[in-house]
Amino acid sequence: MLEWLTAHGILAATLALLGLAVAFGALLGFAGQVFKVEGDPVVERIDALLPQTQCGQCGYPGCKPYAEAIVQGDDINKCPPGGDATIAALADLLGREPKPLDGEAQDIPRVAYIREEECIGCTKCIQACPVDAILGAAKHMHTVIVDECTGCDLCVEPCPVDCIDMLPHPDLAKQWHWPRPPGPGHRPSQPIAATLIASDRQPAPEERAHG
Amino acid sequence: MADFDFPGGIMPPERKTLSNQAPLVKAPLPARVMLPLTQHVGQPAEPVVSVGQTVRTGEIIACAQGMISAPVHASITGTVTAIEERAVPHPSAAVGEAKALCIVIEGNGQDDDWQRMPPLDWRSASDEALLERLQSSGVVGLGGAGFPAAVKAQVRQRHAIDTLIVNAAECEPYITADDLTLRTYPGDVIEGARMLARLCGAERILIGIEDNKPEAVAALRQALSTSNDTTPVELKVVATRYPSGGESQLIQKLTGREVPSRGLPADVGLLCHNPGTLLASLRAVRDGEPMISRIVTLTGEALTRPGNLEARLGTPLHALLSLAGLRPARLSQLILGGPMMGFTLDSDALPLVKTANCLIAGTADEFPPAPPEQACIRCGACETACPASLLPQQLYWFSKSREHDKAELFNLFDCIECGACAYVCPSHIPLVQYYRAAKGEIRLHEREARKAEHARHRFEFRQARMAREEAEKEARRKARLQQARASRPAPEQRKAAVSPTPSDTPQSDSQDSAAELKKLKIAQAAAKAAVRKAERALARASEGGQDPSADVNDLETQLATARENLKATETRLAALQSRTAPAATQPASTTATGPGVPASQSMPTGTTTEDTAKQVRQRKIAVASAQAAYRKAEKALESAAAQNDDATLAAARQKFERAQGNLDRARKALEEAETTAHEPKDTSTP
Ligand code: SF4
Ligand code: SF4
Ligand code: SF4
Ligand code: SF4
Repeated sequence: MLEWLTAHGILAATLALLGLAVAFGALLGFAGQVFKVEGDPVVERIDALLPQTQCGQCGYPGCKPYAEAIVQGDDINKCPPGGDATIAALADLLGREPKPLDGEAQDIPRVAYIREEECIGCTKCIQACPVDAILGAAKHMHTVIVDECTGCDLCVEPCPVDCIDMLPHPDLAKQWHWPRPPGPGHRPSQPIAATLIASDRQPAPEERAHG
Repeated sequence: MADFDFPGGIMPPERKTLSNQAPLVKAPLPARVMLPLTQHVGQPAEPVVSVGQTVRTGEIIACAQGMISAPVHASITGTVTAIEERAVPHPSAAVGEAKALCIVIEGNGQDDDWQRMPPLDWRSASDEALLERLQSSGVVGLGGAGFPAAVKAQVRQRHAIDTLIVNAAECEPYITADDLTLRTYPGDVIEGARMLARLCGAERILIGIEDNKPEAVAALRQALSTSNDTTPVELKVVATRYPSGGESQLIQKLTGREVPSRGLPADVGLLCHNPGTLLASLRAVRDGEPMISRIVTLTGEALTRPGNLEARLGTPLHALLSLAGLRPARLSQLILGGPMMGFTLDSDALPLVKTANCLIAGTADEFPPAPPEQACIRCGACETACPASLLPQQLYWFSKSREHDKAELFNLFDCIECGACAYVCPSHIPLVQYYRAAKGEIRLHEREARKAEHARHRFEFRQARMAREEAEKEARRKARLQQARASRPAPEQRKAAVSPTPSDTPQSDSQDSAAELKKLKIAQAAAKAAVRKAERALARASEGGQDPSADVNDLETQLATARENLKATETRLAALQSRTAPAATQPASTTATGPGVPASQSMPTGTTTEDTAKQVRQRKIAVASAQAAYRKAEKALESAAAQNDDATLAAARQKFERAQGNLDRARKALEEAETTAHEPKDTSTP
């Protein structure tokens, strides 16, 4: 056998290559089975860009279904909570043209507050909440877990005694960050930092000592 | 002078002689103090006093919340008159309202009745006692952001520390608070350094000080020569250059070590403390005095008597300014902190907070309005000046065009916001403002992304829960149906099965169900794998210990989702098996020898024993994690009960009850699984 192979070099090479091809093919197939990705990766990536408010304003029962619909060819401008930022991110991911938002943009994040003394404990809001953010048992007053509430509004409608208010998120103050300067041609909005001693400008030390 | 150096840096006019000529004086007791509950990094403190209550100096009025937090103490003797939102010094005040919960205390004249903690001798006290004391006395880092000193002292648990650095460089113009602290209390600062060095396990102490403070250096030398302690203390006088007081820069200059990008000094075995923090720590331990005062520089050309004051926290700034002889007509800008890194205040009715080291009352000549920003001419001056070896010009472009990922790639977060780049920029670009805005945007975005992720997991959990409930309902319905069918007379059934027309139906039906069974089995395996993965992730996270609890909560949600999914598929599978199994045993179905039937028959019996073993194991894990959750809820309940807060108590109780229920259920499930595992095989047909 060995002799025959050495005698027919070209055949031997072909056989070797064939063997390798089969081996790697098997390996690939095996790896594909073992490291199989669950679900549709594009859907997941779109879902990751959506704000996860789960409010249904896009016309789908949640962000994931909307992500699936986008893959099927639906428009990318249907999510009001996400606003322009989400549309831009989706356009970027999918290589589509950004469109103006279909619907009314939302200004500030809100959370639901249940006026507890008015709550009759009907559990209707619990059934409506997409993220199980409302606590309470039948006939007992209910409360909203502020940290879990996405501000989706879905619990407001079902409440028979209208005891749920949407109020600005209490964390708003914590979300403050330094604003951007107005840009070239303007004086900075805040006379802070180095601009304060601009009149005393001195050049940087000439010889810089490294290490 | 020093053996090493950091790159870049600038030499702005120092303007320190304005305030370092007068000796340190104690400010008279304020008539009223306003104490914000957010004077430190971390969670705000929680008030423990009520309006109308009389408090003594040093009494705790708000206790720390959570892992990173610090308590607040009454800084004068008097009556609590309000606990409400008040304006506090914060950079956001310049653009809008910056309010925080404050406790207001009206003083009893000159009465200063102290409530001290028992003095401790730090040399003989245990580490735990010292840490406990630092925590309960509310000492926070006085130089920078106000990181709780007790939390910083615990760094030893995760890093080996060899050197404690006393950061006395005080490189920013105008500020002389550390200078005066060292001149006045050199011995106490060194003693405090020795104490914290022992606490963190450091073998030596390095004091880094700029050469523009000869009096402080002399005082330290004097104190060192008279002290007799074994810990070696080295005094290193470094050349004056801004920003040598930056933590990383001073470390580089003193030791030659480089703090890694986005890392901490502890990563290279170092711990930095400000002299004021050391003094406050020592006082807390040796004298039992909680942190109720600080040394603050009052300077600027609008003051007639600039200098340093030791003032009670919460003192209104206007009271301090009038002590220093403010000429309101000359005042054009009020700056908290230094001129490079501080921010302007638009009101002087704000309280003195723990982190306020300097207050500059500047005239219009001193601080002329900033010239308008011009286009970057790519001169590279900023790069030369940057002490962190960054590329400020690149960072500027990326921040401006909101290319956050690129800015992060260029180490935006290593920028210490020193302002050196903006200082040298010939185009007057407020570079630091761009970086601060970009950092804020990135942090906000990260936060939102985390929140969205969490909401998604909660949503998925709910979907899974509803799917399980649906599956269970379906299973019950089918069981009822089957029971009804089984109770029907057998001949009729046989006739129906034998009759030629419907004979395909069982076949195609069984084929269908076989395919479905296979699909469900795959789904079940996947769900099991997901549960295992979630369990592992949760175990890892809870082992990590220090992980923010939000992460653990999120992982718990994910695990619960995976479990619900698994339960749903299992219920469906069981229902399907119970449907196909009787179908297969029916006499008529002998004709239906579709490929699926034997599989569906043999699979359950083959796998059930294995399955039950697996189930037992899984349920054991479930019990363990339920137990952990139960314990956690129990602890939360206890602490909520201790705090006497109804809302949190109710929430905690609810959580506790839920956890209890979960635990009971998990235990019952485990028992069931164990009994089935021990019973003979004939139970395998569901
Ligand atoms: S509109 Fe609401 S449900 Fe739809 S994607 Fe946006 S946040 Fe999600
Ligand atoms: S509590 Fe109301 S607003 Fe908040 S997430 Fe639930 S349903 Fe939406
Ligand atoms: S502000 Fe940041 S980029 Fe500018 S010099 Fe300082 S560290 Fe460098
Ligand atoms: S110093 Fe100013 S003008 Fe010069 S490169 Fe830097 S940002 Fe541009």
